Amino acid sequence: MTRIHVNTTVNGDKVDFLADPRETLLDCLRDKVGMTGAKEGCGTGDCGACSVTLDGRLVCSCLVLGVEAEGKQVETIEGMANGGELHPLQQKFIEYAALQCGICTPGILVATQALLKKNPDPTEEEVRYWLAGNLCRCTGYDKIIRAVMDTAKDLRAEKVGGDV
Amino acid sequence: MALDNKSEFKYIGTRPNRPDGLDKVTGRARYGADAYAPGMLHGAVLRSPHAHAKILNIDASKALAMEGVKAIVTRNDFAKGLEGDDWDLLENTIAGEKTLYDGHAVAGIAATSVLVAKDALKLIEVEYEVIPHVTDVDAAMADGAPVIREGAADHSVPEGLHPNVVRYTEFGRGDLDAGFAAADMVVDRSFKTEAVHQGYIEPHACLADLGADGRGELWCCTQGHWFVRRMCSALLGLETTQLRVTASEIGGGFGGKTTVFIDPIALALSRKAGKPVKLVMSRSEVLKASGPTASASMDVKMGMTKDGKLTAATASFRMQGGAFPGAPMDMTTMLAFSCYALDNVHHEGFDVMTNRPKQAAYRAPGAPMGAFAVESVMDELCEGLGLDPIETRLKNAVKEGTKSAFGPRYKAIGLIETLEAARDHPHYSAPLAENTGRGVASGYWMNWGGETSVSLAIGEDGAVQVGVGTPDIGGSRASMALMAAEAIGIPYENVRVNVLDTAALGTNEPSHGSRATYASGLATIEAAREAIGKLCQRAADKWGIDAEAVEWKDGAAYPSGPNAGDFEPLSIADIAGEMGSTGGPITGHHDASPTGFGGSFGTHIVDVHVDPDTGRSTVKRYTVIQDAGKAIHPSYVEGQFQGGAAQGIGWALNEEYVYGEDGRLQNDVFLDYRIPVASDLPMIDTVIVEVPNPGHPYGVRGVGETGITPPLPAVANAISHATGHRMTRLPMSPPRVLRAIQGKGIS
Repeated sequence: MTRIHVNTTVNGDKVDFLADPRETLLDCLRDKVGMTGAKEGCGTGDCGACSVTLDGRLVCSCLVLGVEAEGKQVETIEGMANGGELHPLQQKFIEYAALQCGICTPGILVATQALLKKNPDPTEEEVRYWLAGNLCRCTGYDKIIRAVMDTAKDLRAEKVGGDV
Repeated sequence: MALDNKSEFKYIGTRPNRPDGLDKVTGRARYGADAYAPGMLHGAVLRSPHAHAKILNIDASKALAMEGVKAIVTRNDFAKGLEGDDWDLLENTIAGEKTLYDGHAVAGIAATSVLVAKDALKLIEVEYEVIPHVTDVDAAMADGAPVIREGAADHSVPEGLHPNVVRYTEFGRGDLDAGFAAADMVVDRSFKTEAVHQGYIEPHACLADLGADGRGELWCCTQGHWFVRRMCSALLGLETTQLRVTASEIGGGFGGKTTVFIDPIALALSRKAGKPVKLVMSRSEVLKASGPTASASMDVKMGMTKDGKLTAATASFRMQGGAFPGAPMDMTTMLAFSCYALDNVHHEGFDVMTNRPKQAAYRAPGAPMGAFAVESVMDELCEGLGLDPIETRLKNAVKEGTKSAFGPRYKAIGLIETLEAARDHPHYSAPLAENTGRGVASGYWMNWGGETSVSLAIGEDGAVQVGVGTPDIGGSRASMALMAAEAIGIPYENVRVNVLDTAALGTNEPSHGSRATYASGLATIEAAREAIGKLCQRAADKWGIDAEAVEWKDGAAYPSGPNAGDFEPLSIADIAGEMGSTGGPITGHHDASPTGFGGSFGTHIVDVHVDPDTGRSTVKRYTVIQDAGKAIHPSYVEGQFQGGAAQGIGWALNEEYVYGEDGRLQNDVFLDYRIPVASDLPMIDTVIVEVPNPGHPYGVRGVGETGITPPLPAVANAISHATGHRMTRLPMSPPRVLRAIQGKGIS
């Protein structure tokens, strides 16, 4: 099948690749752009391990075609830290032991960052429902929820709200 | 090895950041599917659409002719003449004369892209003759049930049982009739649990590179790469040490990644194509064709006096583990009554084959089913006799010296301590809302030691590297670094722990059996002590005194007293900086199959609200209390408690393998196989009890598995109290609970 030349932006950098129209954005990010931070846990949009944002909107990259990234801004887990400086969410996840195996962690961090951009002061229930599409089999979610709630609190206290 | 009797620890029990934290929050950590090799091909597997069928012919000529297809393998491309477990493993990896379950692998393809490989699968023509199948354990034991494989039963099976019963066990002691006669109340109930999947979020994935000369490399996500090496070598006819296996970071396992499914296929494809082959399972393949746990059909009868003393107990467990022997009925029988002191007790277990995938270990394999049945009956006895469930458990609880139901006397254990902590926890006396029930249950897992090899080396700056063979599945690098830091007396940050490949160490069993922190930890401490001995010798040589006159403390060598001489202490960095000229590298090494592992008991309390109109159950509050022996890194101990509870809640409420009448799996995606999501659960409170294990220098027991054992009965007991109906079948899905509420029975 003819492959399509896709021009897009990933974490602020212009990239281009040739995509079979059947290939997902997740496949393209991993196999063509070389960013393996997003994971395929299900391929059906149920687990959220492949979460990225597309023009600021949180999506499962396994449900987006690679060719749909044309002209768009893609943000992945690889773009979350500022060089060597971790995002407060990343730092808090480590401090709170909010990961065990870590396979769901990139997706959960990307999803959580998207939540805090929309809602810097979520209730526990709002966090739980927002993350209901991100499966974690190791932690029982307890430490994840605590890490998210406390990061949100810290960010509000620091009044960095514009830059979560 | 004896307990150090160390009353104060400097590093053990603290909560530092895990060493692999940065990699895992930035996407840098490389998991199974994150490996690429130059010239790499992509694999795909053709799987049976039938539950049970004879393979009459496989014609791969059209697929092979497709552009980009480089190799196709079938059963003929694997070792011949295998027997026993190796034959079972091969038969499960790729079908021989018959396909035995929906999803059973039939052929593998390697091609230049995933899309080409998947397209080519459709061109392989397989001629099947579909034959009758059976997927239910009770149906598989009944007269006239289709036989999965004649002659699979071993010598333990009594005559007259169906050929699908392949192993049998029976043991006990005492006088059951007298025991039941002495009871004021006897409960005799039947229970059923469905198969569930470990549900690790990372599907199986590997990258294989095997030459025609029989030398190869394999990268894969596994709990134990030496197991992978042994299994793959057997199935491909290789010498074990010619295959080097590297464990990737692992995205969950819970026992399900202690065996192989696709790795031998990838190796066979690579050998045939002469190129590296990457093979990754889809979620549907994981659910259909990796190893879920067994399902169980069980009868439990227990008697109790009116003051709460158990008088007798019997249990019969019928368990299916798929189309091969291996359902964990041994553990179910052994551990069913492990919490209680019983003079009159009897167990019976059946290992039954069905047309389902070969079961694999799942967190305390076999124990949760038995606990569900026994702890439910225990609860019904307490309810019927008007007794408090925790006080009654305390009255019957095993302790050090008690003869276990399965024979040996217990060493130091902590069941009573967990029960007392549960009784005293505010959760236990908190008021309950309407339509809400509270459930309590205890559980046990005996843990494991296993083959272990650890190497430690001192860097020239005095920093330390530790090489272990147990993959870090939930923070074990942090635990090992803490134990090495404690043993040597250097900061945690000065230790780097690496998970080494199979070429770098002697055999290590997987991170299974709750053994990693216990066994690799013990070997890390012993390796550190060996290195300390060498450090002391170097100091002694420098000072011109005997090594016995040197004392090691806080990361430095000191003269052990005034008689040893007056020397300035030498730090580990001082000694390491000169080691090249004082005798060469300083290392420590320890090999063992430690047998001093200590079992872990837990007690859980749960409040469940049941909607009387829909039958939907919601966990409102959950508390896990478990004996860790010694918590090396308490945050990750809590994490194990919480994760075990969450998996148990899923097993109790939602998760099940649903087979259709055609014998095919009906729910092979996460939307339909529903594991708990964040909005399903409350916070999960934890209490770490520490009754030290004398078989580990710092008292470690291992905590991974026990936590999944109490939730099934605890949740069932809570729902039974909320609804007034005893729940005897899992999962307790809304329709099932609603039928019970409406008095339509438990179906």
